[in-house]
Amino acid sequence: MSELVFAYEDSGEEMTLNMGPQHPSTHGVIRFIIKTDGEIMHEAIPDVGYLHRSIEHIAEKCTYEGFMPYTDRVDYVCAMTANHAWALAVEKLGDLKVPERGEYLRVISDELNRISSHTIALGAMAMDIGATTPFMYILREREYVNDLLEALCGARLTYNYHRIGGVGWDMPSGWRDKCLQWMDHFEPVIDEFDRLIAQNELFIKRLANLAPVTAEEAISYGLVGPNLRASGVDFDVRRDVPYSIYPKLQFEVPIGKGQMGAVGDCWDRYFVRIEEWKQSVRILRQCLDQIEKTDKAFWTPPKKLKPKSDAYARVEAARGDMGCYVVGDGAANAYRARFRTGSFNAMRIIQAKSKGCMVADLVALIASLDIVAPEIDR
Amino acid sequence: MDPAAIFARLQTLVGDAVKDFTTEATKDAYCKVVPEKWHDVAKVLRDDEQLKFDFLQCVTGLDWPKQSILQCVYHLYSYPLKHSFVVKADLPRDNPVIASVADLWAAADWNEREQFDLVGIGFSGHPDLRRVMLPDDWEGHPLRKDWKEPACYREMPTTRVSPLEMLLAYDKAPADKKHLPIVVEGGAPPSKEAEG
Repeated sequence: MSELVFAYEDSGEEMTLNMGPQHPSTHGVIRFIIKTDGEIMHEAIPDVGYLHRSIEHIAEKCTYEGFMPYTDRVDYVCAMTANHAWALAVEKLGDLKVPERGEYLRVISDELNRISSHTIALGAMAMDIGATTPFMYILREREYVNDLLEALCGARLTYNYHRIGGVGWDMPSGWRDKCLQWMDHFEPVIDEFDRLIAQNELFIKRLANLAPVTAEEAISYGLVGPNLRASGVDFDVRRDVPYSIYPKLQFEVPIGKGQMGAVGDCWDRYFVRIEEWKQSVRILRQCLDQIEKTDKAFWTPPKKLKPKSDAYARVEAARGDMGCYVVGDGAANAYRARFRTGSFNAMRIIQAKSKGCMVADLVALIASLDIVAPEIDR
Repeated sequence: MDPAAIFARLQTLVGDAVKDFTTEATKDAYCKVVPEKWHDVAKVLRDDEQLKFDFLQCVTGLDWPKQSILQCVYHLYSYPLKHSFVVKADLPRDNPVIASVADLWAAADWNEREQFDLVGIGFSGHPDLRRVMLPDDWEGHPLRKDWKEPACYREMPTTRVSPLEMLLAYDKAPADKKHLPIVVEGGAPPSKEAEG
């Protein structure tokens, strides 16, 4: 395929194509204005904002506690970590402590949600480049995770589980065993899924060497999470800016090594997420082991929450470093709230990386960056 | 380095361009920057050997109508040195313009566009300062404290009557007028087709 690209000459007739906002492979309402000459793109200009719900403005209108359900909608594929980011920022603002069991339940729910979010990311990535079967296979696993999370907090997508000062509910009886049982089943599935597509010649040809992002570029463009690590930057908020009970847990931070091509290409972004599944399972096992020794208390509701200060908190969401900046002016609601999300910054790099790619590769690039439309627009 | 050391280092490098280092009434220590010198300070923050802030995490615009300022808050982090710092710039409300740092951090490009769109801060020298979230013909900046939602956008009413109130109004209406469109006080006027 690369030979074809180099043999190609510009015909000089540039054409403007419109991709989206309702395109099946843009995962939500995203629009690209593509300047292309034949199959080779000159530029893909992202046009965002179709899903803008002004979540930051809503935050100014309701109380700190009352805003929690809205944070689910910041990123509905991985709502738990958005919950966590808000809770963490407000707790930092109000100097609140969370009971140990609450912290464990938070991390357990975060990691389960990370697994389910990556199933969407990887399944959809395979589907976008033409392999429909892996998506169906891996979505079965997501159903199990959704069942577990539903038993934990009553919802399957927008959880509203975290509270300021803890979590909403303790885990129901028998839930721990069910979770362990599911992980015994899931661990072999990771390898099975990896074998199904990762070593497939077509899959490698499509993704290897496609749109490699160097470490400097990734940092400058503000890529975070798996996208950053795929470019070879060894950074994880959970390890390097520790929060909650992550310092007590042992896990590795997988980074892209460029096994199939250049470091930071689309295949590396796929590979890092596969490895993150394994690490999430490892974290879950440790948490479920250690949570047995904690006290019963899981939530300390704040008595009076009227802080006059500002705080910035970071969590490692499925799409990377999610920052939440909250400013309080002594009222029961925030004066200003701001969410810094991974997809918004990842969207910007597409414009820079699309030059010289084929139109079909744009779809692979979007999928490999794991862009979720509501997280861009908020 | 801790924030106090970062500020001390910054003072030796840029002098009076930074001031008011604050650790009280905030959870993340910050310093104020003179808006006219922000671009120079940003370059030092990024390039100095002991600072190396290579990651611009977040750009936030804040409106303080009582003090008559718009504030621009920059959260920075350094991957090699693993420290973070916050810089705030106070801009006059009648001319809120600050230098763009999109040439230093590519992440600033869209983040600045977003703050321009929602808060109405101008970034001079920005390569492509357009609205990013809202439609191009939108008027005003919704995250300003004095922003009021207009009654209509492109002739579409922006508010909707609560269905409960409509139900109550329907119950109250006399029997011979129940087939007419329900008008609730404070709601959007019924469209012309409905009246006809």
